[in-house]
Amino acid sequence: MRNKYSVFSLIKNALSYHENWQRAWKDPAPKKEYDAVIVGGGGHGLATAYYLAKKHNMNNIAVVEKGWIGGGNTGRNTTIIRSNYLWDASAGLYDHALKIWEGLSQELNYNVMFSQRGVMNLAHNLQDVRDLKRRTHANRLNGIDAVYLSTEEVKKFCPIINTSPDIRYPVLGGTLQRRAGTARHDAVAWGYARGADAMGVDIIQNCEVKGIKRNGDSVEGIETTKGFIKTKKIGVVAAGHSSVIANMAGLRLPLESKPLQALVSEPVKPIIDTVVMSNAVHAYVSQSDKGELVIGAGTDDYVSYTQKGSHQIVEGTLNAILELYPIFSRMRMLRQWGGIVDICPDASPILSKTSIKGLYFNCGWGTGGFKATPGSGDLFAHTIANDEPHKLNAAFNLNRFVSGDLVDEHGAAAVAH
Amino acid sequence: MFLINCPYCGERDQQEFKAGGEAHIERPKQPTELSDDEWAEYLFMRKNIKGIQFERWNHSHGCRKWFNMVRDTSNDEIKAIYKMGEKPPAQ
Repeated sequence: MRNKYSVFSLIKNALSYHENWQRAWKDPAPKKEYDAVIVGGGGHGLATAYYLAKKHNMNNIAVVEKGWIGGGNTGRNTTIIRSNYLWDASAGLYDHALKIWEGLSQELNYNVMFSQRGVMNLAHNLQDVRDLKRRTHANRLNGIDAVYLSTEEVKKFCPIINTSPDIRYPVLGGTLQRRAGTARHDAVAWGYARGADAMGVDIIQNCEVKGIKRNGDSVEGIETTKGFIKTKKIGVVAAGHSSVIANMAGLRLPLESKPLQALVSEPVKPIIDTVVMSNAVHAYVSQSDKGELVIGAGTDDYVSYTQKGSHQIVEGTLNAILELYPIFSRMRMLRQWGGIVDICPDASPILSKTSIKGLYFNCGWGTGGFKATPGSGDLFAHTIANDEPHKLNAAFNLNRFVSGDLVDEHGAAAVAH
Repeated sequence: MFLINCPYCGERDQQEFKAGGEAHIERPKQPTELSDDEWAEYLFMRKNIKGIQFERWNHSHGCRKWFNMVRDTSNDEIKAIYKMGEKPPAQ
């Protein structure tokens, strides 16, 4: 039985010097066979396992993770959550996730620190203005909250932005989604892990997949560093390493894996109480609860699995940040890191069955998967349990690259990919 | 971030170059006869290898010439560079 986190449990454990907290999840050895195995213990994979157990009564399942849970892109992103996408399919997918975020801490009994502080996207040229206005209208037609702001309204909402007309890329306006915001990324992985574990899911860390065993056109199990695990259903949620797993099954994916960087500053007092993203100059900034400025940089243009990016990418982002926020000119950066993102040609994800029976892929989230974590898990669990996609992820099938029915969010979403 | 030995200009910073993706993907000789599956394979599907990958690069801020590179994508080590039209080195 899992103890519930509450103010009473906090007081009770304070009395014993916080030495007797129950483990949040077990550390089991793999069983010989499972009904389904999820490959990848990041937020998306753990959420998939959680919803498989909760909504589809699949409790004899495992999540295998080659490192530790949440140690990949879940712990490396800039934690931005929004659903202001242009196309109907994307709007449906990301707003489904946002609606789950709104009740997630209560649902998981785990504080994911979801903060609806708003996300503002800036326009720096006339084409940006037209694109952002069009997206605002598209969002509102899809029932997603969005407003277009004038330069003065941008300045009022976030006073530290330099809205002078004589900077290199002046701020001509912006959009605001007030329901958008941020969450604590580690807590999302931990909360889903704890929830899934409580329903009997085995979370197996330090267990790398080495091969996928096939029998003709269906899967039989996975070879791992902890031995062979028999299963009829494999859900791969391996982000940047999706192609590596696909190659094991003799499958090709339309993905390229590239390093994406982020960085944080030294912690300072509250200075920016929202998330500001600028597509054209590639500068995203928000402030964490610890006080660090969280800054997202861009991807390198070559395939690499090194989890480190090029210096000039960070330099370009910081140039833009400094022009937009002169107040940050004396800030010192504390840490910089990279994560490997798997990018689809149309910059939309794949949540899909494959030509191999029992093999499912959830990948291609590229530079913006964190925001979708709960929705992605929910819809992927549906796809695995029913062997059919949910209507919200039907458009995100692998076959769209054959039919040509792409969900082209490249540059059409709120950010450049 | 690494140094690239351009076959025409010599060793330069990677910043001067543009990555052009997987090499040796042949343009279909009879495009009108391709099935949708074959088009998808040609246009979109990529090996995206973790390890030794053959790829195209362009010295976009230099001589602007294209060339091929063999690179280990797990550590960004360059194993070989050869000109367009030359045979790739044996692995």
